[in-house]
Amino acid sequence: MKFPRAAAIMQRPALAAGATITLLLAMVALVSLVWTPYPYTDMNIAMRLQPPSARHWLGTDQFGRDILSMLMAGSRNSFAVGFVAVGIGLGIGVALGTTAAVRGGIVDDVVMRLADFTFAFPAVLSAIMITAWLGPGAVNAIIAIGIFNIPVFARLSRGSALQVLSRDFILAARAAGKGMARITVEHVLPNIAGILVVQATIQFALAILAEAGLAYLGLGTQPPNPSWGRMLNEAQTFMHRSPWLAIFPGAAIALAVLGFNLLGDGLRDLIDPKLRRARS
Amino acid sequence: MTVLDVEDLRVDIRTPTGRLPIVRGVSFTLARGTTLGLVGESGSGKSMTALAIMRLLPQAADVSGAIRLHGEDLLQADETRMCRIRGDRIAMVFQEPMTALNPLHRIGDQIAETLVLHRDMARRAALDEAARLLDRVGIREAQARLSAYPHQLSGGQRQRVMIAMALACRPDVLIADEPTSALDVTVQAQVIDLLRSLVDEFGMALILISHDLGVIGRLADRVMVMYGGAIMEQGSTKAVFTTRAHPYTQGLFAALPGRGARKGRRLAAIPGTVPAPDALPAGCPFYGRCPRGQDVCRDNPPPVVEIGGSRAACFFPGP
Ligand SMILES: Nc1ncnc2c1ncn2[C@@H]1O[C@H](COP(=O)(O)OP(=O)(O)O)[C@@H](O)[C@H]1O
Ligand code: SF4
Ligand SMILES: [Mg+2]
Repeated sequence: MKFPRAAAIMQRPALAAGATITLLLAMVALVSLVWTPYPYTDMNIAMRLQPPSARHWLGTDQFGRDILSMLMAGSRNSFAVGFVAVGIGLGIGVALGTTAAVRGGIVDDVVMRLADFTFAFPAVLSAIMITAWLGPGAVNAIIAIGIFNIPVFARLSRGSALQVLSRDFILAARAAGKGMARITVEHVLPNIAGILVVQATIQFALAILAEAGLAYLGLGTQPPNPSWGRMLNEAQTFMHRSPWLAIFPGAAIALAVLGFNLLGDGLRDLIDPKLRRARS
Repeated sequence: MTVLDVEDLRVDIRTPTGRLPIVRGVSFTLARGTTLGLVGESGSGKSMTALAIMRLLPQAADVSGAIRLHGEDLLQADETRMCRIRGDRIAMVFQEPMTALNPLHRIGDQIAETLVLHRDMARRAALDEAARLLDRVGIREAQARLSAYPHQLSGGQRQRVMIAMALACRPDVLIADEPTSALDVTVQAQVIDLLRSLVDEFGMALILISHDLGVIGRLADRVMVMYGGAIMEQGSTKAVFTTRAHPYTQGLFAALPGRGARKGRRLAAIPGTVPAPDALPAGCPFYGRCPRGQDVCRDNPPPVVEIGGSRAACFFPGP
């Protein structure tokens, strides 16, 4: 597929804002791998619960750890969860969805009933159940979030694949002697890639939110690994004295979710008219 | 030499309310280097007959009869075998060149793919052959056009590309389903001329599907007039066009503007409409719209009668 030019992106404010925010956050996450103002695990009781200052731009927590450093390190946790959880959903969901569309019949029925079943549970609630059962931890949280991305992508890819499959060039490709497996890879997937990218962006935002929720409940990323959700949890006790402890991680989560949602919506607007033109 | 031999082909589509008979006992043979014209109003079952031969019917369709390609019954072939045959031994050109090409792929690649698939050609060699084919079907600056996307071509050019794709492996049988119906009149004539010269040059057999008697008259050696999923009349083009033994054939000619078959005209309506497959009478499908229809026609399948070299399925045939 052809990707939009940079100029076309900048003509759309929502898309531009979304792209800027997500790029910035991605850069922060990358930078945090090599540099943070302080090591994010360094405790310094003498400096506990400092308000924002020149030395600690965003203040310190109850152990005297630098909030900015923790947020930076937390961002890479959020990205990692987003990538892996969405990757699980995308990989398995698209495989199931396109297979269901291509094969039809019983395969379709079984896959879609399974998707309906999984979908019927509220995602975050089920993620809580799964992590409670598998045990808390980042990996289990990722698996739990990933599982609930599967039906989202399965349904979307099945619906879009059916639309592509009904088009004349599929019949023409079959008349040329191509098998369905090859047609799926060469004709169906490229034609639904755009719509999948849009959904993946939006699911990325949801994954970040879900991970924060699980970590907040103590079911996600475990100490000492940094996580925005757990920072929010730990801030509760000192909320009145030190509100920044909650405000900054809360703002980080909100900013990330906003950024990915804007990016997703913007991409949808950008890609949709193209898909429509190709379809007509 | 008989290339394709279709015997008592029947297609039923399963629906929640029952089975719809779409093709009802079609038989014909096709010789090398000849063109068979398949004509009839829209909804007569022409495309379904073509798709049945390609084994590309919807999943809900049941097929019976025999479709023998050089003696091999395609209805007995598995999907792997059919994938080898499609595009190689039997190829197809569709009505809508606008939509039958993948909008995301370059046309050179789309033509070359067929050669890579069936001929095991290297990509480079396949692209060279694609350029030759494009040139042969009358695309100017073929080499440069290889890298064009479908939307950069006109409708006529796209249909030429479709024809080039279909011809890539020099198939024994080419099925062209309304290949000119979506094109301008002048472009129609060019594409018809192209098809005619290709049949002569490649020696393939062509099944030309059209609702346009003019197109059929210019290209076909033999004609099959189809209605309600059944063959109303068939014979050499000369015999069918001069004898017009079947009332339905007469209706098609009467609906032509002016005298005889003129190029590029659509059929004006025969009084009444094509009945839905589940509303067909037990006897002759044309009963109800036929000026000669009698009670006997409604309840009994009409006999096939030969008149003036043309075979018509009718109780009361004749000019
Ligand atoms: N998928 C389908 N399900 C049910 N009926 C169909 C389907 N496709 C075509 N038909 C019916 O089959 C009949 C023949 O259609 P078709 O072969 O396309 O006619 P033609 O090509 O002569 O215009 C029509 O009555 C049409 O309504
Ligand atoms: S069989 Fe009867 S209804 Fe059918 S075409 Fe002949 S005369 Fe008309
Ligand atoms: Mg048709």
